[in-house]
Amino acid sequence: MSLAAVAASPATTTAAETNGFLSPTGVEIAFLLVGLVTLGAAVVTVTTKQLVHAALWLVVTLGGLAVEYLLLTAEFIAWVQVLIYVGSVVVLLLFGLMLTKAPIGRSPDADSGNRWAALTVAIAAATALVWVVVDAFRTTWIDLDGAAAGSTAVTGASLFQNWVLPFEALSVLLLAALVGAIVLSRKAAANRPTGSTALGKQPAGTDPATSDEQPSRQGKEGAR
Amino acid sequence: MHLAYPAVLSALLFCTGLYGVLARRNAILVLMSVELMLNAVNLNLVAFDVWLSKTAQDTLHSGQALTLFTIAIAAAEIGIGLAIVLAVYRNRGTSDIDKLRDTAETDDGDDSDDGHDAHESAASTTAEKAEATA
Amino acid sequence: MTTTTLAVLVPLLPFLGAAAGLFLGRTAPGFVRPLAVLPSVLSLALAVLVAVRQGGDQAVDAATELTPTGSVPIELALHIDGFAALVAVLVGVVASCVQIYSTGYLRDDPRYPSYAALVSLFTSAMLLVVYSGDLMVLLVGWEIMGICSYFLVGHYWETPEARAASLKAFLVTKLGDVPFLIGLFALAADAGSFRIRTVLGTVASGGLDHPTLIALLLLAGVAGKSAQFPLHTWLPDAMAGPTPVSALIHAATMVAAGVYFIARLLPVFAASSAALLVLAVMAAVTMAGSALAALAQDDIKRVLAYSTIGQLGYMTGALAVGDRGAAVFHLLSHGAFKALLFLAAGVIIHAAGTNSLATMSRMKDLRARVPDAYWTMTVALLALAAIPPFSGFFSKEAVLGAAEHAATGHAEDIPGAAGWIVLVAGLVTALLTAAYAMRLWLLAFRGHGAEAPDHGRQPLAMNAVLWVLAVPSLAFGLTTGLLPDWFDGHDLTPTLATSVLGTGVALVGGIVTYGAWRHTTALAARVPLGAVAAHPEGDAGLVEAEAIASHAPAYGDVASAPDPADPGRLLLGPLHRHAAVGFHLDAVYAALFVRPVQAGATLVRFLDREVVDAYVRGAGALPRLLGAAVRRAQTGNVQTYVSALLAGTVVLAVAALLVATGA
Repeated sequence: MSLAAVAASPATTTAAETNGFLSPTGVEIAFLLVGLVTLGAAVVTVTTKQLVHAALWLVVTLGGLAVEYLLLTAEFIAWVQVLIYVGSVVVLLLFGLMLTKAPIGRSPDADSGNRWAALTVAIAAATALVWVVVDAFRTTWIDLDGAAAGSTAVTGASLFQNWVLPFEALSVLLLAALVGAIVLSRKAAANRPTGSTALGKQPAGTDPATSDEQPSRQGKEGAR
Repeated sequence: MHLAYPAVLSALLFCTGLYGVLARRNAILVLMSVELMLNAVNLNLVAFDVWLSKTAQDTLHSGQALTLFTIAIAAAEIGIGLAIVLAVYRNRGTSDIDKLRDTAETDDGDDSDDGHDAHESAASTTAEKAEATA
Repeated sequence: MTTTTLAVLVPLLPFLGAAAGLFLGRTAPGFVRPLAVLPSVLSLALAVLVAVRQGGDQAVDAATELTPTGSVPIELALHIDGFAALVAVLVGVVASCVQIYSTGYLRDDPRYPSYAALVSLFTSAMLLVVYSGDLMVLLVGWEIMGICSYFLVGHYWETPEARAASLKAFLVTKLGDVPFLIGLFALAADAGSFRIRTVLGTVASGGLDHPTLIALLLLAGVAGKSAQFPLHTWLPDAMAGPTPVSALIHAATMVAAGVYFIARLLPVFAASSAALLVLAVMAAVTMAGSALAALAQDDIKRVLAYSTIGQLGYMTGALAVGDRGAAVFHLLSHGAFKALLFLAAGVIIHAAGTNSLATMSRMKDLRARVPDAYWTMTVALLALAAIPPFSGFFSKEAVLGAAEHAATGHAEDIPGAAGWIVLVAGLVTALLTAAYAMRLWLLAFRGHGAEAPDHGRQPLAMNAVLWVLAVPSLAFGLTTGLLPDWFDGHDLTPTLATSVLGTGVALVGGIVTYGAWRHTTALAARVPLGAVAAHPEGDAGLVEAEAIASHAPAYGDVASAPDPADPGRLLLGPLHRHAAVGFHLDAVYAALFVRPVQAGATLVRFLDREVVDAYVRGAGALPRLLGAAVRRAQTGNVQTYVSALLAGTVVLAVAALLVATGA
């Protein structure tokens, strides 16, 4: 179809001719295997009946994604992924599950009555997306040789040369989220001090992790 | 590496997350599914950024920068979202999304919900806010 | 000032008085009485001045067109001939007398300001009718009189009788006004103008296409307004209003408007001999029937009301034989003595504390309590009975003379049958009139039994007015020689034959009644009757209202009383029962019109409620069902909403893709 012609630039088509899908490179095989694990973990995450297991399978998914980032030579992103997602977000989610007294073990009503509609929508969306994406980019080739595209130096230079202003704006957003989380859990401070403190501190701990305080974040991660 | 591999993986992950958002009953599991969707987008961003920077069409690394921002925002979102879910849980004693149905049309005739449950509707808007944030 | 200006001021002054009275009635009660009396008196003076200036010569005619109104122009026109000038004077006299009388009669009435303003407005409207030279303007005055009559009859709206009577008066006169309006349009369409002058010119040149139809349509309105058979039934009931209102509206002026209208347009009616015949039959039935009914009434005011109907019958009779001079002559003299009769009756009701003749006949020396009313009423009753030399004699003889003239074939274009009908009915009615006048006088003033209660003297305003009105009742006959100059020129002096005949039957009627009374009066002592108003110290209006309200509970009926001492009962024999209720005309109307209308209303109500509403309810049910179905989509489950949203997004995205790729 014409979409392929539109999306693909002439420079990449020549490269794609030499690399067919039937003769995958090693990187591709690795990517495919890790991707299958990731996808399987994700599917288990959204279908398992045990809520705590869902969080743990989410860890597998997010970790698999970190590996994929590494395979794509975006190493800084991969480590941030491990630090923030695997480290803090999942822990946060587990805290949330426990604070809302989620049942441990199999809970038969984990899915709502909406699941068939959801399945239909999801499959339809997947079909449409996969079809379009494959149709558009089946000939596109990423040349992974040479210097890493996402090393810390490259990313840092780009971030502090070209993206300073959004970066600062983002810090303001994180501050606002910090304040908002505290305010939201304040009322609970009267009722249940322990829960509120746990909640109030956790977002506060997450926001510097993205930019400045990697060592402390790493320390926390190590402690866990 | 073919771009189609990460792109297809990203699309499938996204739809898995989509299914989770639509089908899960527990609000925290919905939040997890939202995280899946965000990660699918991140993967997409990184893959295209790598492709474009290797073909020297883009030297800003905008995909990676945006991925970092998304991660930061996702962290903020998960914090706020959990706080809201907890607030709802405290008020209602449940975090099941399909039980927060204050906006439903009741069958007993006309609009007869005459303000007796003002705080309940406020709580339900809170739930919707949680959904919106997700 | 020119005569035209003066004539414009005549109806304008009472109108301004009415407006000022309505506005100042609440804020400045001190001005109400002067504002009521002065405009009427002033306009009387101006009317006299206009009459003197006009002097029966060429008619004063003035017109101004306010705005173009299309093919048939409507103009503010004055047309003052001798008839108009003299009738205006009569209206002015009676209105002034009534206003002065009312200051005493309704002394303590809280609604006096609005009452006086309405009387002024009514006077203004009547003067407008009298002076107007344009049929549309005349119709305006005509309808204002109708609505004023409605309000004034319902002055004591606390009583159910007054409410019912006011509604009845309004509806019955409106029933006549609808054909009247159509007749006016037909007339104007034929003549091409609403100007009376033009209309009469067209008639004279024979340009009227449908004279009979027009005349009969107009006649319906006249019958309603002038209380002629068969639309007369509202007038006796209208006596539920205060006595001065009865005197002004229902005796002297408004009911005369119909007669005056025919007199104005007599050539239109004369163009159709069928219309004249209908008019004659109408007049004859009205005269005789109302006189019989008057003989059986117990309420003194109802006697006078039926007498009014009969006298108006005389006037329409005179018009039926084509002599408008006689008709207006009788209108003038009748207006004076009938106003006097009513006002005197008001005094008597106040003094006796009752409006029942049966009760009055059991009171001794009532005449000594009200000497002024006694004497003036005697004069007026003699005039009513047409005893020479009182005014009624001359005017009635003029009518009978005109009828005899027509009957013997001396009048052109007038069917002889009409003359005979009017003449015979007039003579019979003369007999009956004398009889009921005699009965009224005997029962009211020659009672036996307990002393009449003494409430002190009547207010000077009320008594003085009686004497003022007694003058024309006594002496109006003297003008017989002068009046033809003002009118058409027909001789109005009584002829010998009709004079002897008329006076003779009147005397016979009076003497027979006297004999019957002598015979029955012995019974009076045996059957005690009597209900007297609860507040004899109140003002006259209050006493009257209570008397009217207590008549039906005390005697079983508003019209009659079970009194064996009544000479009318002896004279009428088995007819009395029917005469007392006006020959069951109300019952006939109820059966013919009221019940069908009520049945129709019930039917319409049923159709509306059960049939039309069924469709409305059905129309509401379908959207309600649809709404209920749509409402089920609003589950409140956010996930359902998001599912639908995303499904829609996918569909849209796929559709957009397909369109973009041209698939």
